[in-house]
Amino acid sequence: MNTALGADGLAVELRNVGYRVDKRQIVSGVSFKVAPGETLILLGRSGAGKTTTLKLINRLLETSSGEIFVERRSQLEWDPIQLRRRIGYVIQDVGLFPHWTVEQNVAMVPRLESWPESRVRQRVREMMELVGLDVAKFAARKPSELSGGQRQRVGVARALAADPPILLMDEPFGALDPVTRAELQREFCELAARLEKAIVFVTHDLREALLIGTRIGLFAEGHLAAIYKPDEFLHSSDAEARAFVDSLGAEEGRERSSPKVTGRGRKA
Amino acid sequence: MSFWNFLINYRAEIFSRTLEHLILVSAAMLVAVLIGIPLGIALVRRPNLRRWVLGAANVIQTIPSLALFGFLIPVPFLGGIGARTATVALALYALLPILQNTYTGIAGVDPAVLESARGMGMTSRQILRDVQLPLSIAVILAGVRVAAIICIGIATIAAAIGAGGLGVFIFRGVAMVSNSVILAGAIPAALLAIGVDILLGLVEKKLTP
Repeated sequence: MNTALGADGLAVELRNVGYRVDKRQIVSGVSFKVAPGETLILLGRSGAGKTTTLKLINRLLETSSGEIFVERRSQLEWDPIQLRRRIGYVIQDVGLFPHWTVEQNVAMVPRLESWPESRVRQRVREMMELVGLDVAKFAARKPSELSGGQRQRVGVARALAADPPILLMDEPFGALDPVTRAELQREFCELAARLEKAIVFVTHDLREALLIGTRIGLFAEGHLAAIYKPDEFLHSSDAEARAFVDSLGAEEGRERSSPKVTGRGRKA
Repeated sequence: MSFWNFLINYRAEIFSRTLEHLILVSAAMLVAVLIGIPLGIALVRRPNLRRWVLGAANVIQTIPSLALFGFLIPVPFLGGIGARTATVALALYALLPILQNTYTGIAGVDPAVLESARGMGMTSRQILRDVQLPLSIAVILAGVRVAAIICIGIATIAAAIGAGGLGVFIFRGVAMVSNSVILAGAIPAALLAIGVDILLGLVEKKLTP
């Protein structure tokens, strides 16, 4: 299997996807496409269906209606285990294995995929350097000996280790202090621009969305209301989009010297 | 006859009864571990089964041991007079702590760790073997330890249904109104419990990641 995609380079496509539990509709009518090199943000309030949608992509949840295509193959044709190993997954609580060292955590998927040990070691080194962790200093540490920011760096390194074409991220920087968060967001932007992955990124923070996203999908009550370019979002007339922009304004009003938000999509 | 004289005169029997006791407890513990740990794991995934199984194990725990030994005697295959019945009864007593701790340990694994394990493409078996069991082994072993101590104590009653063990001295001592004879059973049983506790404590320490 290789990472080559079809002519239009489609990594993930959702067609009219819905998810319900018993009779309660959690998500409905969601459609979007993500190509390599793109970062699609799923933005919305808590409970709007962003995380649910993300989990439908790697089949942690099963769709109730509609279809999902991963690398142009219907999701149902994939073996769920193989599918998940082709999709990096990063969550807010990181979920590093506490009984494993950093090295073992990062090497997880390559070892599951039975890569030769020399290649695994080399890959771990590369990944740790990629996320800015000194191999000599951190490889043998347990997650409990790391700071929150370092843990999330390991989480990202682990997700990228088997070189998956797709990356799913669920509020990965949400639990970090503001300074570390800004640092990781900035580094992540550079990383995303370099790696050519198709990234789906869930957040409820518009500032983060504008900074990281190439496109922003706005979720409201289980629907994908619209997909915007970052600069379009600020001028949208949609009520929910305005609510988010206003919240940003309120936040900036509080801080006396508000840093200007610049999106990766805009300068690209 | 003083206690020390009794000890010296009967050292061969004390040794063989201790061995009997140990074999009885080991057999019961083996059965309880082989049933309790897999069942405890299964309970994590079956909430409706959990109530019944843990409830039943709790009820068994409340039956006085002498009564349980008595109840088991007429039961076909499992019962009768002797070590087999005693093994069954002891295994039933050992079941609850093992079951309870296995369930608690596995259910207590951080959900974020499980979500990332599943999301990164581990199979259920790999998650059990590489994540859930290593992370709950200390709790499970603590249950095994408690079960072993309970078993060593209750096994002294097994002498009442002819299963041998250190209880033989205790019942004989009660009948003879001789403290020396009672102590010849009670002290080795207590030492056995302490020894097993220390041993399993070391195992626990060694296996804890």
